[in-house]
Amino acid sequence: MKSTINYIAEIFRAIWSLLTGMKVTAKYFFTPWNNVTQQYPENRDTLVMFDRFRGEVIMPHNENNEHKCTGCGICEINCPNGSIEIISKSIVNEEGKKKRIIDQHIYHLAMCTFCNLCVKTCPSEAIVMGQKFEHAYWNRTSMTKVLNQPGSKIMEGIKE
Amino acid sequence: MAEIKIITTDEIKTDEYLVNMGPQHPSTHGVLRLLVKLEGEIVHNVEPHVGYIHSGIEKMTEALSYPQIIHLTDRMDYLSAHMNNEAVCLCIENALQVEVPERVKYIRTIFDELQRLASHQLWWCASGMDLGALTAFFYGLRDREDILDIFEETCGARLTLNYSVPGGVMFDIHPNFQSKVKAFIKKFRKTLPEYDKLLTGNIIFQNRTKGVGVLSKEDAIAFGVTGPTGRASGFSCDVRKHHPYSAYPYIKFDEKLGTDGDSFMRWKLRMDEMWESLNIIEQLIDNIPEGDIAVKMKGVIKLPEGEFYQRVETGRGEFGVYIVSDGKKNPYRVKFRSPGFSNLFTINHIAKNWKIADLVAIMATFDLVIPDIDR
Repeated sequence: MKSTINYIAEIFRAIWSLLTGMKVTAKYFFTPWNNVTQQYPENRDTLVMFDRFRGEVIMPHNENNEHKCTGCGICEINCPNGSIEIISKSIVNEEGKKKRIIDQHIYHLAMCTFCNLCVKTCPSEAIVMGQKFEHAYWNRTSMTKVLNQPGSKIMEGIKE
Repeated sequence: MAEIKIITTDEIKTDEYLVNMGPQHPSTHGVLRLLVKLEGEIVHNVEPHVGYIHSGIEKMTEALSYPQIIHLTDRMDYLSAHMNNEAVCLCIENALQVEVPERVKYIRTIFDELQRLASHQLWWCASGMDLGALTAFFYGLRDREDILDIFEETCGARLTLNYSVPGGVMFDIHPNFQSKVKAFIKKFRKTLPEYDKLLTGNIIFQNRTKGVGVLSKEDAIAFGVTGPTGRASGFSCDVRKHHPYSAYPYIKFDEKLGTDGDSFMRWKLRMDEMWESLNIIEQLIDNIPEGDIAVKMKGVIKLPEGEFYQRVETGRGEFGVYIVSDGKKNPYRVKFRSPGFSNLFTINHIAKNWKIADLVAIMATFDLVIPDIDR
């Protein structure tokens, strides 16, 4: 007899515990403004990432197509995965001195783990982390990028 | 040469089956392979086979400089990324005998606890899903998003933070950081009771976990089980309490201890730990001292010759970093003591003679992260 009462009581307790849980789900069902789903591909225009977001390494250029990179290679040494490659060339400046400047700052996006060490150690703040996060490409070669724009030169007043 | 033991068909009794659970099973939370010997539905033997996501991180570190090592530790226990980073940083700082500023200690501790909350939230929702509660999965991930946003605003990454650097932290906290964390705590204090209403009080859930997979205190100590799993068996093993690091000596908190050591206790203990984490953050968030965010370190960090060990408490137990240095800029050898590895290998001991569905419940409450086991 006692076990039968216990059995029935257990059923009612189980139903009650289910209802307690259902109350929580019902609360969110009837207050949909508490939901946090973003309509991602549709909200691309309004979607703003945080300013420290680590999307990809970029090299900002000013309006005269000038960058700050001296080609010192510190970012290349500090990169743990070998995703940065610097090709420099030597030119002769107006005073007749030989000078090494950057030819190509190659960035392999496919190898990058976005650890921020290159940006942190750059002495002239030439590279920063960009906001772009949609890194899907049709082939692997387009994931290798040259960060300095063609024809660009170093800004004046950057210490080498 | 060590002999590899392979179970042959002669060793299996007539009514026994040898079944692979994983490496692609949804409730093994990754590529863990369990070789389960079954009689009908009853588990007779569980043999974990690890190594399916072995990434050779310990070997890779031998070719990298000390600041470069840190970003690899993100990828071991990805749910406790900041604690892993901090362990390596603390180990390097101890070796160089560098005292980090107070501000760094506070920031690191707040990040630790936020990371622990995020880790436990993901454990809650994923193990809820293992036990058949799909709603839990959405609710847990929804609340975890708030913490990830806080991380993203301050350090630019959501999962693989790489926030600690030797001698400090990478960025100063964002101006919105304190207000956002306070808003999160206020919100989460209201949401956490909902978790209990949704699952902990549920009879079906309780019947599936209560008394299932009991791990005794003696066994927990013998197997080296740490973290919430060990504490649920009554083994006091909180590194934060026994070997305090960063800002943990300055704050008051309780080490939650369980008694039963069953699956429900492990569940309950992690829920209690979430409350405790909220208390810890509340004690620290208003008192972050002013100061530098990093000590100036040399361009090339070279550790003195010798052996260094540092342990921290991650979301799933004691994480240890053991560095052997020969005075060069790369370590000679690095060993990571990962909590998941020791925790996993108790599974044969406690899952014997339970049903296969109970094995899922046991694994769910063990909170396994497979890259942490294989590293």
